[in-house]
Amino acid sequence: MSKTGPVVETHALGRRFGSVVAVADLSITIAPGETFALIGPNGAGKSSLMKMLTTLLPPTAGDARVAGYDIRGEPQQVRRHIGYVPQLPSADTELTGYENMLLSARLYLLPARERRSRIAEALTLMELSDARDRAVGTYSGGMARRLEIAQSTLHRPAVLFLDEPTVGLDPNGRLAVWSHVRRLRRETGAAIVFSTHYMEEAEDLADRVALISRGRLAAVGTVAELKNAHGAASLDALFTKLTGAALSPTAVRL
Amino acid sequence: MNPVRAYLTQVHAVTAAEVMKLAHDPMDLVTRAVQPILWLLLFGQVMAQVHGLTNGSYLDFLSPGVLAQSVLFVAIFYGLSAIWERDLGILHRYMVSPAPRSALVIGKAIASSARGITQGIVIYACAALLGVKLSFAPANLLGVLVMVFIASALFSTFSLIIACIVKTRERFMGIGQFLTMPIFFASDAIYPIELMPPWLRAIAHFNPLTYEVDGLRALMLTVGRSHFPLTVDYGAPVMLLALLIALASRMYPRLTE
Repeated sequence: MSKTGPVVETHALGRRFGSVVAVADLSITIAPGETFALIGPNGAGKSSLMKMLTTLLPPTAGDARVAGYDIRGEPQQVRRHIGYVPQLPSADTELTGYENMLLSARLYLLPARERRSRIAEALTLMELSDARDRAVGTYSGGMARRLEIAQSTLHRPAVLFLDEPTVGLDPNGRLAVWSHVRRLRRETGAAIVFSTHYMEEAEDLADRVALISRGRLAAVGTVAELKNAHGAASLDALFTKLTGAALSPTAVRL
Repeated sequence: MNPVRAYLTQVHAVTAAEVMKLAHDPMDLVTRAVQPILWLLLFGQVMAQVHGLTNGSYLDFLSPGVLAQSVLFVAIFYGLSAIWERDLGILHRYMVSPAPRSALVIGKAIASSARGITQGIVIYACAALLGVKLSFAPANLLGVLVMVFIASALFSTFSLIIACIVKTRERFMGIGQFLTMPIFFASDAIYPIELMPPWLRAIAHFNPLTYEVDGLRALMLTVGRSHFPLTVDYGAPVMLLALLIALASRMYPRLTE
């Protein structure tokens, strides 16, 4: 993978399910180390986009390169260089935290002699060392999310995809997840692409945001740029202005 | 890491995770062992009163059939856990990993045999108590172990393919029930193939369970004889297994689309 090229680059990417268009004509570029937010209401196409970029869902139009590799032609290479935390809880609740980490370490072919130390390091970073031998079923939602992030970054990916990482978490859990993601970003320099419908998460964390509505890109830029260009006081107002739809009818402020 | 070693590491990753789960919850293995014991104790004892059904003891005849059947009944619902893992999100983690899809399928198939082998141990113990003329020659035991391994892998991979087609738990439950009975009854598990009407006998020849039972019958018992050559009893399921693994590897990613 080239160190200077974009970490994500899509050209007119699209996905249909029968007659339903989930994503259409979507072109974005994300730089290495950048934190990038995908914003839109439920059903806007954020998850479908993320599933295409992580090779889970084949596109029906356009193309994309992730970490320098073609998602259609070189899916295995893409997978080697990305981390993905799906919206659904992906850690196995019947295994302990350590066993889940071991599974990831083996799947990502970490050298056997480094496994122990790298797992310990990742668990420390996510402050889960004390819970490593407990079944994940006993974890709080926030702890499970942090474990999943640890699992997804063990192989030091160039880009980490987080699909609605704080959905269903209480405010403390949300804050803890984000403070750990910030630390991870500082320590690894990985690009982070996350989807959310919490405006304040995008405002606080993202270098740039993409507003997505009905599968299409409505706007992309820094939060300040977008607000200035469209004369909107908040991202919520901006979203409504650009798409005519409310982003989060029952927005909860942190 | 060389490619072969890498592939085996990834297969092992999947198998080890499954085995660790079994180790955390061994009750699951125990409860599943009840059914085959009932077949031997109840069905076997009653049917043993029918004379002329088989040459020699019916319990001798039935024991390999019950082992094959219990392996089938456990493995055929394996696809359900694949759908369950998809619904939970666990499968997504496997699918975004760089492990080749075939390594994931093979890892799961091997793990399913851990259940089959524990069933085998229970059935041996129960059959021994009932006076079945079991062979404990090392070569025979090894042969049984390999056959249970192949059969578990075969039916669990078949089940995975069904899961990839039907995609939901509700539909899978219906189909799983619907499939086990014909596979079971169109085989020589509980009666000799010679007793079948010609049309059913023809179907039984295409049923991998027939070959599994036939091979087990030759190896499990001191008095055992196989209807087909052992090369066929092993060769036919192995070829089918290879085909099913290739097919499942292509279809598995559909579950997370």
